[in-house]
Amino acid sequence: MEVEKLIHMANQIGDFFEAVPDEEEAKVEIAGHLKKFWNSIMIKSIVAHVQQQQGAGLHPQVIAAIQQHIQA
Amino acid sequence: MDDIKYTPSQPQVLKYDADKDYGTPKSDSSVMVTLNIDGVDVTVPEGTSIMHAAQLSGVTVPKLCATDSLEPFGSCRLCLVEIEGRRGYPASCTTPVAPGIKVKTQTPKLADVRRGVMELYISDHPLDCLTCAANGDCELQDMAGAVGLREVRYGYEGENHLGQAKDESNPYFTFDPSKCIVCSRCVRACEETQGTFALTIQGRGFESKVAAGNHNFLDSECVSCGACVQACPTATLMEKTVIDAGTPEHKVTTTCAYCGVGCSFDAEMKGEEVVRMTPSKAGGANHGHSCVKGRFAWGYATHADRITTPMIRKSIHDPWQKVDWDEAINYAASEIKRIQAQYGKEAVGGITSSRCTNEEVYVTQKLIRAVFGVNNVDTCARVCHSPTGYGLKQTLGESAGTQTFDSVMKSDVIFVMGANPTDGHPVFGSIMKRRLREGAKLIVADPRAIDLVENSPHVRADYHLNLRPGTNVALISAMSHVIVTEGLVKEEFVKARCEWESFVAWRDFVAKPENSPEALAKDLGLDPQKVREAARLFATGGNAAIYYGLGVTEHSQGSTAVMGIANLAMATGNIGREGVGVNPMRGQNNVQGSCDMGSMPHEYPGYRHVSDEATRALFETAWGVKLSADPGLRITNMLDLAAEGSFKAVYCVGEDIAQSDPDTQHVIHALENMECVIVQDLFLNETAKFAHVFFPGASFLEKNGTFTNAERRISPVRKVMTPKNGMEDWEITAKFSEALGYPMHYAHASDIMDEIAALTPTFHGVSFKKLDEMGSIQWPCNAEAPQGTPTMHVGEFVRGKGKFFITQYVPTTERVNTKFPLILTTGRILSQYNVGAQTRRTHNVVWHAEDRIEIHPHDAEDRGIQDGDWVDITSRAGQTVLRAKVTERVQPGVVYTTFHHPGSGANVITTDNSDWATNCPEYKVTAVQLTKVNQLSDWQKEYRTFSDTQVELSGMDPHTVVF
Ligand code: SF4
Ligand code: SF4
Ligand code: SF4
Ligand code: FES
Repeated sequence: MEVEKLIHMANQIGDFFEAVPDEEEAKVEIAGHLKKFWNSIMIKSIVAHVQQQQGAGLHPQVIAAIQQHIQA
Repeated sequence: MDDIKYTPSQPQVLKYDADKDYGTPKSDSSVMVTLNIDGVDVTVPEGTSIMHAAQLSGVTVPKLCATDSLEPFGSCRLCLVEIEGRRGYPASCTTPVAPGIKVKTQTPKLADVRRGVMELYISDHPLDCLTCAANGDCELQDMAGAVGLREVRYGYEGENHLGQAKDESNPYFTFDPSKCIVCSRCVRACEETQGTFALTIQGRGFESKVAAGNHNFLDSECVSCGACVQACPTATLMEKTVIDAGTPEHKVTTTCAYCGVGCSFDAEMKGEEVVRMTPSKAGGANHGHSCVKGRFAWGYATHADRITTPMIRKSIHDPWQKVDWDEAINYAASEIKRIQAQYGKEAVGGITSSRCTNEEVYVTQKLIRAVFGVNNVDTCARVCHSPTGYGLKQTLGESAGTQTFDSVMKSDVIFVMGANPTDGHPVFGSIMKRRLREGAKLIVADPRAIDLVENSPHVRADYHLNLRPGTNVALISAMSHVIVTEGLVKEEFVKARCEWESFVAWRDFVAKPENSPEALAKDLGLDPQKVREAARLFATGGNAAIYYGLGVTEHSQGSTAVMGIANLAMATGNIGREGVGVNPMRGQNNVQGSCDMGSMPHEYPGYRHVSDEATRALFETAWGVKLSADPGLRITNMLDLAAEGSFKAVYCVGEDIAQSDPDTQHVIHALENMECVIVQDLFLNETAKFAHVFFPGASFLEKNGTFTNAERRISPVRKVMTPKNGMEDWEITAKFSEALGYPMHYAHASDIMDEIAALTPTFHGVSFKKLDEMGSIQWPCNAEAPQGTPTMHVGEFVRGKGKFFITQYVPTTERVNTKFPLILTTGRILSQYNVGAQTRRTHNVVWHAEDRIEIHPHDAEDRGIQDGDWVDITSRAGQTVLRAKVTERVQPGVVYTTFHHPGSGANVITTDNSDWATNCPEYKVTAVQLTKVNQLSDWQKEYRTFSDTQVELSGMDPHTVVF
């Protein structure tokens, strides 16, 4: 799926959880949200984007959340 | 054997019969009073009228001006009684019971007086009973019989009202003043039941007459709810269908298929023909009231545009081929198989609609999960209330509203946010207005001045927070800030009922200076003082209830706002009892049900995640197949992938994504890219114009099933006529499944409900049998709550402790600039429904023939736009042209339109921005520019040509088919 759109969506998720005071918790929540609501096709694309493009354009916390809590 | 002795003074259980008229409303007092009526002791609640008490004891007192939906008025003098030891003849409708009184309802003197009264009425009434539309259904006639009227001594020649002109302006009912007895039941119904105050009694004495506005019903304030027609004891106000067809001979109770109020109706029938739909008094949601849609706008079911034969075609440029059911279903099945073989399992999916019954949604998601083998099933709630499902589940633990509609009658402060109950949920709107007239306070947060703000008689918003579109979360933060920093939090409640840590984090967050009304004033466009006052009122004004709608959910921060609303309710202790709560106003009739039934791609029925091992095992055993643990694609994801070319087939049941989803050009591109679009609908809707298979659907009058309304009330839909298309919709889906090698063994919709109940804990106690007994049931209904659950989260939240979430305001990326300086927001109107496919095919078009763009006089003047001009509306996504309506209802900088007509192209301009959690589209905020033009946009012209061609390809005439 067009990665631009996924980046936009993932960043919106990142924006919401940014307000969570505990950073670790925020990352777990972000990854949890992605796993709960995103289809594997979408997860694969975003993970590939993080792995191959260093997650260009993604919210840093989202990148960290994906790196630490999602294996594709 | 024990003798059960009947002691007359022993309190009786009062039994109500919905078909009986008790004359005056029932009293809720718990103090009981015993009196004697015609020699029999009766015990009734204090405040009951003598008339009502008599009726309860089985004695009927003659009456004309009284009816139990209205407060007594005491004008006809037919209901007089004698009370031992009291002088005169008091009217039994206006005289309350008193302990120990002895009442006589029949004496020679009373008979005399009553005959005299009737004689006067009849001398001024046409004697055409035999040819009158109300013959056999007229209270005047009944009373003439009851009092034994045998002669009219005054003659009929004197001055009278006979021969007055009828008012036939309303498309659904006629007003024939010559038959009016000026009982004013209609006037009171319009005031008390509906709250519109459209009717008055003009003149005095003999001159007095009923008047609607200055001219006629259609030009008056009348909203055609039918309450006056229902209340009229004579043929004065009469449904045109009854005038045409005569009186019905049997009736079947069913549920309105329009909005989320879920009104209960009696379909009054002549054989298989509906003669009229009357709101049923026993209806748990509506208590005998209705709106113009459910009451009158059902003619679409037999409209000439309806397609009743299945059709198939290879390409959308080919003519449709009419085929029999087997061929259509086999073709669709072979296409699904071919596409899955060629492009992979995930290349197919399905979309259900909130217009489907629970049973239809259930079998459709079962087909997709069990037979297609994917979780790619979504529902149109995606584009309206998905944030509600998410937000309320996170905070409270259940994806549903917390109250009954009646709960509002116990509210002291009503907070309406991004909802327009008088237009969107009219019958509930009437209940709310009644409570407001009784003195409840009202806060409205809406960019536009909805009718409740100041356009409803005797109702006025104490605070209208006309915030900038897209700033709901900022408003909630600002109000929360005031509540927290001014010490208005109900700490005992929070301590006892919520996760304290989450509360502390939330409290510290909202207390930050950047969340104060002053700091957010610029974003909100609101006077901070007003925000402070509204917040104080909400927190300290007694029972406070929040009602919110799509103005909250359809934003990039829709889910955040829903959580913020839940935070607000928890912090102020406004949850878990009557009069309070968090109440999502659901748009369509079965939004709640379609979500409950597992039509979201990540959830099985009952909101259980597809990755949950235990739930999956349960469904795998019940369905006998392996199921996928991967959350499926949402509508928007399906469309994106279709546009890219990897998603190839969709089964669309009752949903019109081409019209209702945002960014139309993207949707159309996606549809054009698919190889098999299967549409199941009544009409050749916009999506069907891009389809390859058309399964003709059945209307709500032609099938059995259930709908679940906004208060979680499951109500029965009953078949009153044979489906014109030959099958109920669930049968079509079941046959489709069978053609794909997975037979579904249901004989009746009730078998499907039995399966749902067996597999869903909150539905364990639900069955058609129980629905027949109880009329309707509010889920959860199971061993713990066998009679259902009117109020949720009493004593404990469904998730255990309530959880606060930090709700940071993040402005939408859709911002105004010099190129797009105005914000477009969207909404709906009373007489039309959603995409309008049904209502546009009824007389309701007299009230709303086209969508218009509302613009403030300043903005209009800047652009040289006058009322009625064509204006071009351009956004980043596209452009369209609508006629302008210049009005101060919208604030400067904001424009507003409805989207009930496909030719309006309102969604050509809405963008693909969406809610962060659920992808619910941001319909409510689009930056646009308006310019005066003199013709339709290119898109509109091209689309019209395309649409006409498609209609021709289906063998119909584009000149006659409703566009
Ligand atoms: S139809 Fe409804 S709004 Fe119209 S006059 Fe009658 S009660 Fe009033
Ligand atoms: S129109 Fe009907 S309800 Fe109204 S005053 Fe006349 S008789 Fe009574
Ligand atoms: S549209 Fe809604 S309010 Fe109107 S009759 Fe139907 S359910 Fe009731
Ligand atoms: S019914 Fe009591 S006065 Fe008319």
